[in-house]
Amino acid sequence: MARAISTRSKIGWTFAAWAVALIIFFPILYTVITSLKTEPEAIAGFNLIPSFTLENYVEVQTQRDYFRPFMNSVIIAVGSTLLGIIIAVPAAWSMAFSPTHRTKDILMWMLSTKMMPAAAVLVPIYLLFRDFGLLDSRIGLTLMLMLINLPIVVWMLYTYFREIPGEILEAARMDGASLWGEIWYVLTPMAVPGIASTMLLNIILAWNEAFWTIRLTTTNAAPLTAFIASFSSPQGLFWAKLSAASTLAIAPILIMGWFSQRQLVRGLTFGAVK
Amino acid sequence: MPREDTTMATRQTRTLARFMMAPSVILLLFWMIVPLAMTVWFSFLNYNLLNPGNVSFAGLFNYRFFLTDPAFVQSIWNTLLLVLGVLLITVVGGILLALLLDQPIFGQGIVRILVISPFFVMPPVAALVWKNMIMHPGYGVFADIAKFFGAQPIDWFAQYPLLSIIIIVAWQWLPFATLILLTALQSLDSEQKEAAEMDGANFVNRFIYLTLPHLARAITVVILIQTIFLLSVYAEILVTTNGGPGYASTNLPFLIYRTALLGYDVGGASAGGVIAIILANIVAFFLMRAVGKNLDR
Repeated sequence: MARAISTRSKIGWTFAAWAVALIIFFPILYTVITSLKTEPEAIAGFNLIPSFTLENYVEVQTQRDYFRPFMNSVIIAVGSTLLGIIIAVPAAWSMAFSPTHRTKDILMWMLSTKMMPAAAVLVPIYLLFRDFGLLDSRIGLTLMLMLINLPIVVWMLYTYFREIPGEILEAARMDGASLWGEIWYVLTPMAVPGIASTMLLNIILAWNEAFWTIRLTTTNAAPLTAFIASFSSPQGLFWAKLSAASTLAIAPILIMGWFSQRQLVRGLTFGAVK
Repeated sequence: MPREDTTMATRQTRTLARFMMAPSVILLLFWMIVPLAMTVWFSFLNYNLLNPGNVSFAGLFNYRFFLTDPAFVQSIWNTLLLVLGVLLITVVGGILLALLLDQPIFGQGIVRILVISPFFVMPPVAALVWKNMIMHPGYGVFADIAKFFGAQPIDWFAQYPLLSIIIIVAWQWLPFATLILLTALQSLDSEQKEAAEMDGANFVNRFIYLTLPHLARAITVVILIQTIFLLSVYAEILVTTNGGPGYASTNLPFLIYRTALLGYDVGGASAGGVIAIILANIVAFFLMRAVGKNLDR
């Protein structure tokens, strides 16, 4: 750029941007601060400096067994992601490398299944889960989340795979590589970053899914979404503990999210915005 | 790659391609057809979970019941207000924020991280934090601010239940819109921007004739993706107002949930489900057309 930016205007923009960013971030910051307060402090009015007690974190574990829903969240989010990837990779692969005139229609159809409102099929899914003994089971929830995210996984992988140049395949064929050899030795290494980004986004989506995880579980398989939702009944009394549980529930995904901003844009816009 | 060849290798690849696609396609077909067929079937039955032995054919009774229920009209209205309200706030706010973050600022990386964060907060946490710590009429931060200025604190969830939920959901989705629009903004050719500046175009003109058309595709995508998720907002309502007072903050998904799992009325809830699917398809039809057109470029 030819034009130098004046430092004064840069300072002005910096102030404005930081002010807005801090306002947007404030509810999260205040949750972390409140989690370090005692319960009386938590409802004693606005105060940004807590007494830095860790008792809430201890009590969330000792009284409410935080570890159990946490492990459920981990198992369900990671399990559904792995399962989804195993099923979606071949599909995305074939659509990217041997597309037919119907490929685009199939992709649009897959996306359209996401349009079905979850609540609309709550009754049949609930009854099917009940009849197959899947209510409040981690297996049932893992399958469910795999299914609802499958279209997004296929789409994301497809947009990544499509960018692998086809000429590389031609070259490998010339060299006499078999079809499987071509997939395993030539394409897989090029596809790993796309698969990794897809997994990351899918874990985030599965971790935060809050309809099926709440409605299809009670205690055994309840992940963090259902666990936190169960805090909604006691009014006011347990804010510090609620804050501690909330902080623990969002921290891992928040950190994962910070590292995956770029991929997130690509993934969630199906490659339309890069 | 040439596609028209019909060698053995290509045919083999084609067959293999079908096999590779089969698991995804079959699973999604099942996922689409089985619950849908069951919902349609149940919607014509008298079927109450409290009395499961006594199931009979009901004809269109469930639809009449659901469509004439005053709660239905209100829930449709609430669903629309929720989707449009959040879209309006996030798209307009997202454009403004993206323009701000596109300026030269110190600590841009950290600012971006702060702004994107609410998107990663799970809905029950977001809703409970806003309900208890921000909007609570006695102890919330908004109440503290009101008291500081000597004003009467607002009891958000009693007085403006739907607006409160719109604010919470908009807070969750504003980062998403901002991030996508910012990414699109940064791909705008800076030479083009400078050329416009040299030609004497002021900020407003540059925004209307250069920036906005460039952002059109990103805005379309933001609206599509958000609409998919906003049509089925659920947890935020469950943990804050539970749909009330009355039906003031009940959207269509929440009404179906109320009918099904609180009223045990399988037939009624299924009729509601069919109606929700029809409405979602109408929205989807227009959205997919717009997106299909926009993504072809």
